[in-house]
Amino acid sequence: MERDEETSGPMMEMCTNGGEETSNRRPIISGEPLDIEAYATLYKGRTKIMRLLFIASHCGGNQTMQLEALRMAYDEIKKGENTQLFRDVVNRINGRLGDKYKMDSAWCESVDRRAEQKKGRLENELSSYRTNLIKESIRMGHNDFGDFYYACGLLNDAFKNYVRTRDYCTTAKHIIHMCMNAILVSIEMGQFTHVSSYVNKAEQNPETLEPIVAAKLRCASGLAHLELKKYKLAARKFLDVSPELGNSYNEVIAPQDVATYGGLCALASFDRSELKAKVIDNINFRDFLELVPEVRELINDFYSSRYASCLEYLGSLRANLLLDIHLHDHVDTLYDQIRKKALIQYTLPFVSVDLSRMADAFKTSVSGLEKELEALITDNQIQARIDSHNKILYARHADQRNATFQKVLQMGNEFDRDVRSMMLRANLLKHEYHARAGRNH
Amino acid sequence: MNSTEALIASIQGLSASSGDLSALHGILRKAEDSLRTNSDVQLATLEQLDPSIHSLGYLYLLEALTRGPVSKAKSVLLIARFINSCDAGQIRLASEKFVTLCKRFKDRVLELKDPLRGVAPLVSAVRKVQVSAKCLTALHPDCLQLCLQAKCYKAGFSILSDDILEVDQPRDFYLYCYYGGMICIGLKRFQKASELLYNVVTAPMYQVNAIAVEAYKKYILVNLIHSGQFSGSLPKCASSAAQRHFKTWCTPYYEVGNRYNDGKIRELEAVVVAHSSDFEEDNNLGLVKQAVSSLYKRNILRLTQKYLTLSLQDIANMVQLANAKEAEMHVLQMIQDGQIHALINQKDGMVRFLEDPEQYKTSEMIEVMDSVIQRTIGLSKNLLAMDESLSRDPLYLGKVGRERQKYDFGDDFDTVPQQFSM
Repeated sequence: MERDEETSGPMMEMCTNGGEETSNRRPIISGEPLDIEAYATLYKGRTKIMRLLFIASHCGGNQTMQLEALRMAYDEIKKGENTQLFRDVVNRINGRLGDKYKMDSAWCESVDRRAEQKKGRLENELSSYRTNLIKESIRMGHNDFGDFYYACGLLNDAFKNYVRTRDYCTTAKHIIHMCMNAILVSIEMGQFTHVSSYVNKAEQNPETLEPIVAAKLRCASGLAHLELKKYKLAARKFLDVSPELGNSYNEVIAPQDVATYGGLCALASFDRSELKAKVIDNINFRDFLELVPEVRELINDFYSSRYASCLEYLGSLRANLLLDIHLHDHVDTLYDQIRKKALIQYTLPFVSVDLSRMADAFKTSVSGLEKELEALITDNQIQARIDSHNKILYARHADQRNATFQKVLQMGNEFDRDVRSMMLRANLLKHEYHARAGRNH
Repeated sequence: MNSTEALIASIQGLSASSGDLSALHGILRKAEDSLRTNSDVQLATLEQLDPSIHSLGYLYLLEALTRGPVSKAKSVLLIARFINSCDAGQIRLASEKFVTLCKRFKDRVLELKDPLRGVAPLVSAVRKVQVSAKCLTALHPDCLQLCLQAKCYKAGFSILSDDILEVDQPRDFYLYCYYGGMICIGLKRFQKASELLYNVVTAPMYQVNAIAVEAYKKYILVNLIHSGQFSGSLPKCASSAAQRHFKTWCTPYYEVGNRYNDGKIRELEAVVVAHSSDFEEDNNLGLVKQAVSSLYKRNILRLTQKYLTLSLQDIANMVQLANAKEAEMHVLQMIQDGQIHALINQKDGMVRFLEDPEQYKTSEMIEVMDSVIQRTIGLSKNLLAMDESLSRDPLYLGKVGRERQKYDFGDDFDTVPQQFSM
């Protein structure tokens, strides 16, 4: 198809090893403007709606994209039972999509009525189960309530009900079920500390978990770390996700996301050896990276020091990454860290570096580069000094011997000062004490 | 009168050996009141005595005289001569009298607005009254005060070079450190000034006193000039009263410190101008200006860490100086003071920063290290001795014994012998 060739074209030039593998799945997160339909098919359930709404609100002035997202959101919501979101979407569409996409009060009313009836029924069932004191049915009752509230969009109540099933769980499977539900609702609510604690709870299970469940838990844990800005831990979790995950966790995360989040976090926080061992040589993760060839390319470029192309890929991906609901807040930090790492890695092997060539490699001006390097030197991440006259960076290794002597002398002086003032203070205290004792006697 | 003559005779007779001296001391003490009221005691009587041999007696008589009728100028002359020639051993027997006499001397000298005359006599007075080089006497602060008034900093500094370890009166100590700090600031020895002021600021005190507050203000400024550091909190060893209350008295200084930490010259100068009336009241405006100029130096110092060569214009831009000429002046000053090592190339307008050439290989350096080591060993010994003497002090043991009753630890062995529990 046309679009396939467009995107695979530039990549043909860059890959020297192995040909382009034609995969069935089109690269969805790429430099091209986001294909919303394809993006939306990756997810299901509530997260699909939330992601579409996020795109609609963050796509800037792009009207077509916004309307497309809102249209798809509308369609999706109508398949569910969440009237609140429905009203929301209708307001935002504001009649721009024509008659088919306006407020359907009849639908809202019927959904609400059905919800009331269902709620009444569930309550009756639950109270009868409670009187019967059958653990399993009470657990199912609470679970159903949780599912019901989740579908209606009342997340807090859903969470409470899921947590209440804990008292009635008898087997390990029940506990895992409860944890997965709790994790899902917590992610939707944005409370990632809960996510971490429930992941821990599930992993403490004495039985070994099924591989898919384990993979799901790792994804959830990775997301939690990402939101808490612990990029290294997030990367480790994402890189450990087994490829059997496939599409099974679509209500939370797509495998493309695993690849993107894992790749970017790893690039921003791992050192070179870890990057090679855990990302590039990681067979499992390779399957994920196939889904986002641009991320794969940029990691390889970074490792082989082709910084210009690496930063180019990053730049092109940026617009789409900003539309991602989880990565949105972290794009700038991650990019910043990746750029800094690139600068540091560039200067590491050399005794002297010509700043104009380095500026070309990083596509920036010499004075801008000087400022960036100055910041890095102040932070002690590069051991070097700048020759501003000739625009050269010279590596500088501190003389250990001299530094040690200096430190010793300084320490001697400080000891001297501190002990003397300590003895003075003790003396003053003693004097006060004697004066007081003298008065008392 | 008979009593006077008898007194003179006994002074002349009993000034030889130490046993006689103690007897003499007793006589003199009894005769003190009569000396005061006796109008016969005149300058003439004084001339019968020789100050270097009959120091003790001379002291008593002089003290009585100067309290009364003798004119200021004459008394100043007499006391100065006495101090220069008296015998230290005899003086120490009546040290309080001597101290009172010297304080009176200082007052008279100040009234006559001629502090310079008092400097030398008081310096020697301090030396004579001091029992050992470690003791602080009541005369130290007075001597330093005179040196400050007379702007005779070197003389004052000679007193400061003692290591004071024993202190009788806290107030003397505070004044000593405060004046000492000011003298060191005058001599631009900011390291020692910082130490002295630090001692006042962290001295144990139960109520805040004004000397400590003033010392703290100067301490903040001296620290900025010397090491460029400012922390909003006092060191942990400062008393709790100090930690609570100093802040309220020193707000303009805290602002100066905070702006200095930010490193922006314009804002620092703005703050200085805003609070200049406060600084002038405290007589600290000069010090504040020195702190501001030290910020330029601090910023240039930071540049040496990052650059190998830099043009003077760039330096001026980064440090916010007016032009390259001023930058050159600052850099030159710093090179001369030994704060940085650099070469200025006037043709290109470039400065090349060099590493510290000190290689720590010369014999002078070895001597320096050796002396530091010896000093440290000496200090450790002092500390151990102090610890030992404290653990033998009956008052301290009594207190610990009393407190031990409250906490029964059931130790296997007692840290304090049983006899001390009350």
